Amino acid sequence: MAVVRKVLASNFIGRFTTPHTVDHYLDQIHPMLAVRHVRARVVEVIHETGHASTVVLKPNGTWTGFKPGQHVQFGVEVEGKRRVRVFSVSSSTQRKDGKFSVSVKAHPDGYVSQFLHNDMLPKTLVFLSQAEGDFTLPDKVPDDLLLVSGGSGITPVMSMLRTLRDTGHQGQVTFLHYAKSASDEMFHDELDKIAALPFVQMMRIYTREPAEGAELEGRFVIDHLKHLGIDPVNTLTYVCGPAGLIASVRDTYTELGATSQLMLEYFKVPSVDVNAADATGTLTFDDSSIEADNSGATILEQAEAAGLTPAYGCRMGVCNTCAIKKNHGAVRHVVSGQVAANTDETIKICVHVPVGNVSIAL
Amino acid sequence: MAKKRAPIQPLSASNHNEGPKHLVGDDTEKRATIGLDLMTYEQLEDFGDELDAVRQRVLDDLGQADADYIRRVIRVQRAAEVVGRIAIFFPFFWPVFLVGILLLAVAKILDNMEIGHNVMHGQYDWMNDPMVDARKFEWDNVAPAEDWKHGHNFVHHTYTNIHGMDRDIGYNMFRIDKDQPWYPSHRFNLPLAFFLMMLFEWGVMYHGVELDEYLAGRMSKAEFKARKKRAMVKIRRQVAKDYLLYPVLAIALVPFTSWWVPLAVLGGNVVANILRNIWTFNIIFCGHFPAEVATFQEEDAQNETHGQWYLRQIMGSANISGHRPFHILTGYLSYQVEHHLFPDIPARRYPEVAKDVRRLCDTYGLPYNSGRLSKQLFSVASQLAKLAAKPDDPYMVGNSPESKARRRAKREAAALAAQS
Repeated sequence: MAVVRKVLASNFIGRFTTPHTVDHYLDQIHPMLAVRHVRARVVEVIHETGHASTVVLKPNGTWTGFKPGQHVQFGVEVEGKRRVRVFSVSSSTQRKDGKFSVSVKAHPDGYVSQFLHNDMLPKTLVFLSQAEGDFTLPDKVPDDLLLVSGGSGITPVMSMLRTLRDTGHQGQVTFLHYAKSASDEMFHDELDKIAALPFVQMMRIYTREPAEGAELEGRFVIDHLKHLGIDPVNTLTYVCGPAGLIASVRDTYTELGATSQLMLEYFKVPSVDVNAADATGTLTFDDSSIEADNSGATILEQAEAAGLTPAYGCRMGVCNTCAIKKNHGAVRHVVSGQVAANTDETIKICVHVPVGNVSIAL
Repeated sequence: MAKKRAPIQPLSASNHNEGPKHLVGDDTEKRATIGLDLMTYEQLEDFGDELDAVRQRVLDDLGQADADYIRRVIRVQRAAEVVGRIAIFFPFFWPVFLVGILLLAVAKILDNMEIGHNVMHGQYDWMNDPMVDARKFEWDNVAPAEDWKHGHNFVHHTYTNIHGMDRDIGYNMFRIDKDQPWYPSHRFNLPLAFFLMMLFEWGVMYHGVELDEYLAGRMSKAEFKARKKRAMVKIRRQVAKDYLLYPVLAIALVPFTSWWVPLAVLGGNVVANILRNIWTFNIIFCGHFPAEVATFQEEDAQNETHGQWYLRQIMGSANISGHRPFHILTGYLSYQVEHHLFPDIPARRYPEVAKDVRRLCDTYGLPYNSGRLSKQLFSVASQLAKLAAKPDDPYMVGNSPESKARRRAKREAAALAAQS
């Protein structure tokens, strides 16, 4: 099959189908039949908690697999419109049935995650990308490893844990997880089982409803690491979670001079504080000659509010679909806080807010 | 650490489906005069608002039915192409061969008109499906999509029928409007039109390179070179496919059949391309060139209002009446008026929108040009024949001493104004 696919994807065959691709024709025979398009059928939807669910997917043959920790662009079509979001893979790479899963918490204003949690039916066709992202374990996993996650930031870490379990990892893995409460914790039962395995030291902290007699409480502080006997300088560390958790871990590691050990992944874009005092200036969409007072929201949202329809994909700064030229002005990255002020630079408008006057090639 | 894939080309959402943009003049106080013989400024304002409401109503209603429709058309197009290409490999059985040529021609027509033209207007961008995305779509003819989108979606659809701005008035080749200056080459209006009809895809490609703009110094050399390169790449791919690869594939049949089979396959491709050329040429020439269609002067359109922009589109376009299959094969360009009012709503909605447009035209007493294909074609042909003759007015003859003197005076006045 792989050879057939390689031949069909070749440039030579492309000469016969130009200006379209082979997939444009295969698609008409069967949507799963493709040499480049990655697609999958939903096998089942498992409700992990009241708000979070896992979708088990059977991908077509173009799917080249994933490394634990990676994410995938996940597109569903509703009322003729394809909506794409980025979700982390949560399953083990060692699954033998060719399936994999993504796990998502339904955000109140997240159309796709809500749809996935409430309305997704088995057999639904899903439009995927290949797995992406650098938040992955090294080929040779070191003996000491720390995994930290908060809330639904557990999903990529879960894929790592499951993979390490299934490959019979011999080193020591410490897993520190923060959830609001036990009922709000994804993968609760499976975590109980993994906790009993010798390779892992597991600590789950419920920030809102602490378990009785819990060893540790509250949000992340350096003492949590000390209690677990972790030396940040010598421990490769993966952190995935909300912006607050990531910021405090990063600050701790910076103080200790251990940032080279740190791998970070945000699981969602922090919502932008619309502080009227901060939002000054005018946002100009040059190509369409439209001006709007800066509302403080992301440029993508402001463009949509102004009646434009820029291209977008993940809306969280991953897929680069919304990348567009900024003619001039300064913009701030909503995640990193980094300000970009060069003229004629390409920015992702879904994760940038204007700082003062900005003009965009839109 | 592995690098993520390189940033993709910056996208511009406004290059392909740039919406109505008004012409702004130097004198911002001056108001455009378009349509004042038919309506007052207040009426024009209301008229514009009502059309805006029609557009919004359709945009709000877009959904599964529109997505299903364009996918159905794509499915038919692909099937026609594949079956057509296979059938062309049976030239020794002529009915199959003939059907093959016709199917391939229909496939190319659907690809260019109902799919390509409309998708590249951004009519289906809301679906967020890369297969019908205006930024990514490339069509089955020798004109590269990128340059066509600029020349068509932006230049032609914004400055529709304004002399000196809309390069589609006569395509720099014909005298199709009495306000165009006459040159001796216009004597050959009709034979030239026949020639262009047979080679239409090449004409569209050449038009998109904009050699005239470069020669007039209005385009940089870098831009011109880039256009030329894009055209060459596209030509190579199209020619290799239709005229080389498929005929060469037919050599495999020679031992079982006859030596001329590859030549017949080549011929079948040529004929299919020409049939497509003839069809698209005729439909497109009926869009703006029938006799009653109005053209405009830049001075009159400067500082036009929204309503005036709409009015200019209505007066500058003509519809062709017919049945549904006919409309689909024209890509609903038979609803040219509606298309020019709302270039970015899915074309299958034009018949429904046409009811509102006709109602508004009746209310305000506006002309609404519509007629059978034969009537519109006859109008275009007689227009081409009539305007081929040298006009009596020397100012209407482009290379007359009077015209030259007037152009010189205009140049000098402009230079003087620039100095002061």
